[in-house]
Amino acid sequence: MGNLSQEEAIEGLKKLLIHNDKDEQLSKELETKIEKLISEFLGTTPHDCHPVRRILGGFQSFKTNKFDVYPELFSELAEHQTPKFLVFACCDSRVSPSNILDFQPGEAFMFRNIANLVPPFNQLRYSGVGAAIEYAVVKLNVENILVIGHSRCGGIDRLMELPEDGSTENDFIDDWVQIGLPAKAKVKAEFGHLPLDEQKRECEKEAVNLSLTNLQTYPYVRERMARKALALRGGYYDFVEGCFKLWEVKSIISTPIRS
Amino acid sequence: MTTTSNLWTNSDLRLQASRELPGLTKELESDKSERMERIEHGTDLFDEMKQRFLSFKKHKYMQNLELYEKLAKDQAPKFMVIACADSRVCPSSILGFQPGEAFVVRNVANMVPPYENGPSETNAGLEFAVNSLKVENILVIGHSRCGGIRALMSMHDDVETSSLIGSWVSVGMNARVRTKAATKLLNFDQQCKHCEKESVNCSLVNLLTYPWVEEKVRNGELAIHGGYYDFVDCAFEKWTLDYKESNPIGKSGKVAVKDRAFWF
Repeated sequence: MGNLSQEEAIEGLKKLLIHNDKDEQLSKELETKIEKLISEFLGTTPHDCHPVRRILGGFQSFKTNKFDVYPELFSELAEHQTPKFLVFACCDSRVSPSNILDFQPGEAFMFRNIANLVPPFNQLRYSGVGAAIEYAVVKLNVENILVIGHSRCGGIDRLMELPEDGSTENDFIDDWVQIGLPAKAKVKAEFGHLPLDEQKRECEKEAVNLSLTNLQTYPYVRERMARKALALRGGYYDFVEGCFKLWEVKSIISTPIRS
Repeated sequence: MTTTSNLWTNSDLRLQASRELPGLTKELESDKSERMERIEHGTDLFDEMKQRFLSFKKHKYMQNLELYEKLAKDQAPKFMVIACADSRVCPSSILGFQPGEAFVVRNVANMVPPYENGPSETNAGLEFAVNSLKVENILVIGHSRCGGIRALMSMHDDVETSSLIGSWVSVGMNARVRTKAATKLLNFDQQCKHCEKESVNCSLVNLLTYPWVEEKVRNGELAIHGGYYDFVDCAFEKWTLDYKESNPIGKSGKVAVKDRAFWF
């Protein structure tokens, strides 16, 4: 076989795909096989670019490697779910908590929205988020709520770039990210001297804190926290540095002041 | 609220091939103070989480640095997925989406409200995915034994909803109406199952009420799919919206579909 390095092998395989000559065009099947081989070399998950074949492959893999391997677990889960967590995470394709924190089926009731924001309790608006909190806390009795922010968040970017005059370009995104305005104000006050990119990074974390504060405006959240049946934590996934920060919400009642 | 009958202890976190995955689900417990202690300190739980993150970093992140460096700069997912928040139906788990592949909105009962309902977290996500990320596919995934759909089917016909769950799932009212009409002879569980799928179609129709979505579908830049994950039998159904300009979907509420597939 000789001393062909992995890189040379990959380049050789890629050349086969680039061939432009119509007469020597590869069959689609052969193309797929070569793509898969390249993926294997790169150590990335081989995946089919065709969208339907992609999800079929994913489902078959799940069925074979998880569902069929743990039949008792899945038959139990079919009857009911008892997750310990309610997780708020961003929709961003890079930050699925199941990937980075390896949540398994049944472990986390997971709400994903732009910039992982939780608005304050409001019976007339934001019923989507409210429904999720009500369901997870009251019906499922989760013990933990975890709000996870992340680096390079497009929603936070938009929040920080919202025009001061209140004009909006996007009907829905701008309305949604405005929930984060208190976090933006805090960041501007404390870190206004920093370049905008760094302010955005601070706001990604501050928005998590804002969401944790807003969570406590939900009566059932507050009630359960008071009797220590529910704990709140914030997280931050930095995929640039490859690190994860975690912190907890604690209420402290200081000793009374005596005259 | 019923508790599970199997006993997963906090300390036993090793994979046991016979039954369970590492347990972050609640175990049967009789001691309230134990539970409070566990919640207050959460050490075992979050130690486990730390190990999982470090394992992800070692086995995935560091092994695919090139990919993660590329993703750190930008995301270009081909899919937007709208799925339920239910702990059993994470699209990354059941369909194997890897980092960078799918922009995922998860809400109660995987619903998409129509354009005229005004701003919500779901259509903020839709706007971002379609107009900024320019995804090529939207996939709305319903699932079996959905608590949100059950709540929708259980609502009284003429009572104001006082709960937030009720307010939200009312988005699927058309699905409930059509289900009740079509399934008079079925029992409640069967009706709910029918509604789970009907609600997906309702959401597909609602997607087309967004002008920038309809335009892209018409131009062939965006495909809209429905999916249904049955975790009782472990099966996945998928179908694609068959958009015909001459037969605008949405006005009659009926959905023309094509490319149906059933995987089990």
